[in-house]
Amino acid sequence: MLTRRTLGLATAALALAAGLSSGAALAQQKTVVEFWHGLPQPLGGQLEEVVKGFNASQDKVQVNPSFKGSYPETMQAAIAAFRAGNAPHIVQMFEVGTATMLAAGPAVKPVHQLMQETGATVDPKAYIPAVSGYYSSKDGKMMALPFNSSTNIMFYNKDAFQKAGLDPNKAPATWPELIGAAKALKAAGIACPFTTSWPTWAQFEQLGAIHDTPFASQANGFGGLNAELKINAPLYVKHVQTLVDMQKEGTFRYGGRDNKPDGLFPSGECAIIHASSGLRSRIAKEATFAWGAAPLPYWPDQIKGEPKNGIIGGAAFWVMTAPKRTPAEYKAVSEFFTYLAKPEIDAKWHMDTGYVPVTFKGFELAKAEGFYEKNPGADVPAKQLTRTPTTENTMGLRLGNLPEIRNIIQEELEKAFQGQPVQQSLDTAVQRGNVVLRNFERANKN
Amino acid sequence: MTASHTTGGRRLIDLVPHIVLIVGVLIFAFPIYVTLIGSTWDSATIGRGNLPLIPGGEAFNNYSQAWSESHGARASYTPVRVMVLNSLVMALAIALGKIAISILSAYAVAFFRFPFRMAFFWMIFITLMLPVEVRIIPTYKVVADLGLIDSYAGLTIPLIASATATLLFRQFFLTIPDELVEAARIDGAGAVRFFLDVVLPLSKTNIAALFVILFIYGWNQYLWPLLITNSADMETIVIGITKMIGTGEAANDWNLIMATTVLAMLPPVAVVVFMQRWFVKGLVDSEK
Amino acid sequence: MQRRVIFDNKLLPYLLLAPQVAVTLVFFIWPAAQAIWQSVHIQDAFGLRSEFVWFENFEVILRDPNYIETLKTTAIFSVSVTVLSLGVALLLAVLADSKIKGARAYKTLLIWPYALAPAVAAVLWMFIFNPEIGSLGQLLNRLGLDWDYRLNGTQAMIMVILAASWKQVAYNFIFFLAGLQAIPRSVMEAASIDGAGPVRRFWTITFPLLSPTTFFLLVVDMVYAFFETFGTIHALTHGGPGKSTETLIFRVYQDGVVNNDLGASSAQSVILMVIVIALTAVQFRFVERKVHYA
Repeated sequence: MLTRRTLGLATAALALAAGLSSGAALAQQKTVVEFWHGLPQPLGGQLEEVVKGFNASQDKVQVNPSFKGSYPETMQAAIAAFRAGNAPHIVQMFEVGTATMLAAGPAVKPVHQLMQETGATVDPKAYIPAVSGYYSSKDGKMMALPFNSSTNIMFYNKDAFQKAGLDPNKAPATWPELIGAAKALKAAGIACPFTTSWPTWAQFEQLGAIHDTPFASQANGFGGLNAELKINAPLYVKHVQTLVDMQKEGTFRYGGRDNKPDGLFPSGECAIIHASSGLRSRIAKEATFAWGAAPLPYWPDQIKGEPKNGIIGGAAFWVMTAPKRTPAEYKAVSEFFTYLAKPEIDAKWHMDTGYVPVTFKGFELAKAEGFYEKNPGADVPAKQLTRTPTTENTMGLRLGNLPEIRNIIQEELEKAFQGQPVQQSLDTAVQRGNVVLRNFERANKN
Repeated sequence: MTASHTTGGRRLIDLVPHIVLIVGVLIFAFPIYVTLIGSTWDSATIGRGNLPLIPGGEAFNNYSQAWSESHGARASYTPVRVMVLNSLVMALAIALGKIAISILSAYAVAFFRFPFRMAFFWMIFITLMLPVEVRIIPTYKVVADLGLIDSYAGLTIPLIASATATLLFRQFFLTIPDELVEAARIDGAGAVRFFLDVVLPLSKTNIAALFVILFIYGWNQYLWPLLITNSADMETIVIGITKMIGTGEAANDWNLIMATTVLAMLPPVAVVVFMQRWFVKGLVDSEK
Repeated sequence: MQRRVIFDNKLLPYLLLAPQVAVTLVFFIWPAAQAIWQSVHIQDAFGLRSEFVWFENFEVILRDPNYIETLKTTAIFSVSVTVLSLGVALLLAVLADSKIKGARAYKTLLIWPYALAPAVAAVLWMFIFNPEIGSLGQLLNRLGLDWDYRLNGTQAMIMVILAASWKQVAYNFIFFLAGLQAIPRSVMEAASIDGAGPVRRFWTITFPLLSPTTFFLLVVDMVYAFFETFGTIHALTHGGPGKSTETLIFRVYQDGVVNNDLGASSAQSVILMVIVIALTAVQFRFVERKVHYA
C-alpha cells in the first residue's frame, strides 16, 4: 500500500516537475476509462477509493475518476464534452436527469446493450425494484447502472417527544398522528415541531408513490413524452393545505428549497424532519439529543390497502459514446460495472456512506454483518423501498427537465405559504410544468 | 474656555472617520472572522449553527489535518501543495497576461488615431457582456478543438482577454496631461519610448491595484477549471474547497473547510499586503 | 473621448491590439456567434436535433409575464447594488486615505475580504443570515423582526443586495484608493491652505479628479450586478421565495445549465447583451461628458 502511494506521488511530482500536463504515464499500456462524478467530499473521496479498489483488482483497465462539480454541473460538463466529441466513458447522473439522458439517444449506450455487446452480465433482478425501475426502460431493460441511491424518511427528536409527553419509541405513522404530535410539541414550547427537507421530493413525489397516486399521466412519464402533471389532484391539494394550515398555527416551518432545511434537525431546532436518508450520518455526528428514524407517514383516508414503497433519489452511472471509442474501451467499462455490481462492494458502500443498498444481496450482507443491530433504524430506508412490489406510480418519475419542474413546484409552494390559495398554486404549477414538458417533447421528437 | 471647547468639538469630529471605518471593518471583515473562528472549532459545533464568537481549542488539529489529510483511510484527496501550485500558476498567468495585453491595447486606443479604432475598442468591450455561463459550451468546444483540455494553456488563455482592464487603462491614459506627450515628442521620443519611460511608471498604482484584483480573480476561478481539467494533478485549491462543501447529501467537515479556506486565502492575502505599498502609500510617503 | 495630442504610427497600433483581439476573436466572438445561432433554434440538450424557429424563442420569453417580473427585479437589484457598493466604497476609501491614525491598518483590513473564495463566502452568508442557525438571523428574530427570507420576498431581496454589494465594495475600494493616490498631494494641500473644509474639498477637488475612476467603476459595477451575481443568488435564495429574487442572469443560468434549454437561454442572453450594450452606450454618451479628464 505504502509503496504504491509513494510511487504515485513521486510520479505526479515528477510529471509536474517535467512540465507534463497529465501524469498518466504509468497507465499507458492499460485501457483508460474516464469517469466523471458529482460527489463532493467526503463521499467523492470514498467513491474514488472504490475506483482504486477496482484498479488494484486487475491490471488491464485504469479508471480515472474526476470530480465535475454538483450534479447539474457534472451534467453540463458531460454535455459540453459530448458536443466537442470528447465525452467521458462514464458519467454519474442524478435521478432527475434520467429522462434527459434517455432522450439523448446515440449519446448514451444503454447498460443492457453494453453488457450484451461485451458478453458480461449484470442481473437486473439482483437489484431492488424501486432502484432498478427508476433506471430501466418500460420493458424492464437496464439503461444505467444504479449506484448511490437514497430515499426520503422521517427523523424525530426523542428528547423533545419525551418533553411533550409523547412516546419516544413510537414515531407517528400517519399524518393525523404527526399533526397531533406537532401540536403536543408546540404546547411543550418547541418553536419548530416539524419541517421538511426536499419539499418537492418528500411532499409531492414520495407522497404520490406511497399513496399509489400518479404524479403525472402516462405512468409518471414512463409511457411517453406526452405526459402531463397530475399534482393538482385532491390528495396533493389536501396535503399542501395541511402544510399551509400547520405553518399558520406554528406546527410546521418551511425551511427553504432542496436540502437547505437539513441543518434544522441536528441543531435541535426542529423536532421532526422529513429528509434524505443520507442525512443520518450528519445527525449522528452533530445531534446532542436522542433521536430515531421512521418511514414517512401516510393519510389513512387517502390510501387503498397498505402504504406503498417510496421512490429513490441519488444517482446512477451512464455510459456515454464518442466518435473514436473502441470496443476495447466499452469492454473495460463493462468490467468496471461488473465489479461495482458485486454485493460486497454494494454493502460496503452502503455501510460507509449511509446510501441505501441497491441489491438484495448487499442488504442481506449488511444484515449478516450485524450493521443494523449496531445502528438501529439504519434499515428504515431499505425497508421503506422494498415493503411492496412496485406499481406504475412507485417505479419513479420519467419526466423531461424534472429539475426545472421541481423548481416550479417549489416556487408555487412558496407562494401558497405566502397566502396564495392552494388550489390556484397547484393549478399554476401544473400549467407551468406542462409547458416545460411540452418543450422537452418538442426538442426531443425525432 | 472657548478654545478648549473648540478643541473638544474638533476631537469629536475627528472621531467620526474612525467610527465609520471601524464599523466598515467590522461589517466587511465579519465573514473572514467567522471563517477564522470556525477553523478553531469541531465540525459538529459549526454544523449545529451555534458557532461561538470566540476561538475554540481545535485549531491545531484542524490545520494539521487540512494540510496533511491527503491520505484518509476511506477517501482520497489531491495533496494541498499540488493544488496550491496549480492555483498559483493559474492566478499568475491570468493576472500578468491580462495586464500585459490590456495595457498594450488601451495604449493603442488612447494614444493613436487609426481606422476602426473605436470598432476595436467596442469589440473588446462587448466581450464583457456575454455571460460565461451561456458561451461555456461553445468555448469548451473551441478549447477542445485546439487540444488544450487539461493543460495550463487551456486553463488560462481563454480567461486572459479583459474588457475591464482595458477600460481601466483607457480611463487612466485619458488623464495623462497632453503637455507630457508634447514634451516627449519635442524630445524626440517615439511611441515605444514614451510608453516605457512615461506611461508605464505612471501606471504603477493602477497596475498594482489591478494585479491584486486579477490575481484573486484567477485564484478564485471555479466553473472554468472544473470544466477544463480532468486529472487530479491539475486540480486547484478552490475546486478542492468546493469539493468539500458540495451539495450536502453528507455531513460536511466544516472545521476542515474553514481551515482549508484560511490556508487558501494566504497567497491572495500575501499579494494584497505585498502589492498594497505600491498603490496605498502610508502616512510616511505622503509627507513628501 | 479622444486625446488631442497623439502619435501617428501606422502599423504599431495594430500590433499593440493584436494579442487582445486574437484572444477575443477565438474565445469570445466565435462562441458568442454560436450563442446567437442557438437563440434562433430549438435544440435538445446534446445538440443531436435542432430546428430553426426564427424568433420564436424571443417571442415566448417576451410574452412570459414571469420574465417581465424578472426584468423589474433585475432593475431594482442592479441599481441598488451599484449605488450601495459605489457609495460605501467611496466613503470608506476617502476616510481611509485621509491623514488619520491607523489608516494603513484600516486599508489592509478592508481589502482582505476580497480574497475570500466566493464559494465559501456564499456558505458563510447562510451561517450569518439563516433565521434559525445564523448569528444575525437569530439576533433579528430575537429583536422581534420576524426575519425569514425564505418566505418574505422583500427580506430576501435585501439580503441578496447586501451579499452582492459586500464583495464589490472591496473591489471598488481598491480602485478608489489607487485613484486617490494619483491625485497630487500639492493640490489638496493648496486647497487646505485656502481654508476649504474637508467636505467642500471633497466635492470641489477630490470627486472631480476621481471621476474617471468612478466612471470606470460605474460601468464595471453595473456589469457585475447584471452578470456576476448569479452565484450569490444561487447559493442564498435560488431566486425565491416565489420568483422575488430572480434576476435575468439567474434565469439564463437556470435555463441554460440546469434546465438545458439552450434556445431559450441563448435568446435571453442576447436580450441581456442588448440591454447592457444600450446602458453602456448611454453611460459613455451622457455620463462620460461629466467625467473630468486632464
